[in-house]
Amino acid sequence: MILQCAVLFAFLAIGEFIVWFTGIPIPSSIIGMLLLTAALRARVVRLIWVDKVADFLVKNLGFFFVPAAVGIIRHFGLIKVQWMPIVGASIVSTFVIIAITGWAHQIVRRLTSGHHELSR
Amino acid sequence: MNFLANKYFLIALTFIVFVAARMFQRRTGIAMLNPILVTTILLIGFMLGADVDYDTYAEGGSYIEFWLKPAVVALGVPLYRQLEAIRKQLLPILVAELAGCVAGIVSVVIVAQLLGATKDVVLSLAAKSVTTPIAMEVTAAVGGIPSLTAAVVVCTGIFGGMTGFRMMKMSRVKSPIARGLSIGTAAHAIGTSAAMDVGYRYGAFSSLGLTINGLLTALLTPFILDLLGYNV
Repeated sequence: MILQCAVLFAFLAIGEFIVWFTGIPIPSSIIGMLLLTAALRARVVRLIWVDKVADFLVKNLGFFFVPAAVGIIRHFGLIKVQWMPIVGASIVSTFVIIAITGWAHQIVRRLTSGHHELSR
Repeated sequence: MNFLANKYFLIALTFIVFVAARMFQRRTGIAMLNPILVTTILLIGFMLGADVDYDTYAEGGSYIEFWLKPAVVALGVPLYRQLEAIRKQLLPILVAELAGCVAGIVSVVIVAQLLGATKDVVLSLAAKSVTTPIAMEVTAAVGGIPSLTAAVVVCTGIFGGMTGFRMMKMSRVKSPIARGLSIGTAAHAIGTSAAMDVGYRYGAFSSLGLTINGLLTALLTPFILDLLGYNV
């Protein structure tokens, strides 16, 4: 487990370094994730070095959001007067994104897959 | 001093409430009882009752929140396991992500305007579908309220995770890849965790969706807000 954490945090640290060095406005964790994928692909890192901690964290991802969710308590005042636009826009937009992303993928895939049967 | 403000107690409470909420959801099988949502409501109720303010809670909570970043790095593993499938469908994936990203930002801004949102609320909502660190960064860049964005991001994620698969059924989004991408695009890591519950493949494409949408949102939001008439 220590090796697993070492690999994981090494990639996060590389992400942090890249953000610090270049000032790029992308979170270090996203950069670390992409580099980890690339390193696994290039066989620089072996899957068994990192899969246990990764599977644990991925499986329990939701839990780590609880403190951020509790943070909503700080905005009760603003939400009281603006709840309609905040809630309404978030719900409508979530539905729009799900439909548009899904449709776009299905349509382009049908167009590009030619004679192949579209697998469901 | 109030013992209920002890940070180890607050960490323990967060774990215990979450475990209980998750067990309760599994027993009852009711999707609406999302454990993140239930835990949040119970903790806020506790804090109001026990007179514990947010900054005090955050002293313990920050140790839990700390794991968000490594957890996002960990999403590289499911992504790696699906690389072959991703390469085969690169074009449909990219087109879908671009369409979803633009549609998401435009729709949230327009609906918020129609419902009477103030300018700083509109600017805080634009990036609401992507993972918290990106969303807060984008909001700061366009002049919104980053901590409001953080709260809305989590709520959007919980809502998307709870209702996303039902929405897909309604809108006839059927293929597993399209479904995974959609929920990751709309509801970031919380949607991904819901997708993981449905199947590993859904979860992997969901993490791809959250990644590409995160990058596109960071790049496009200022530009789209500008086109919609906001001088940011």
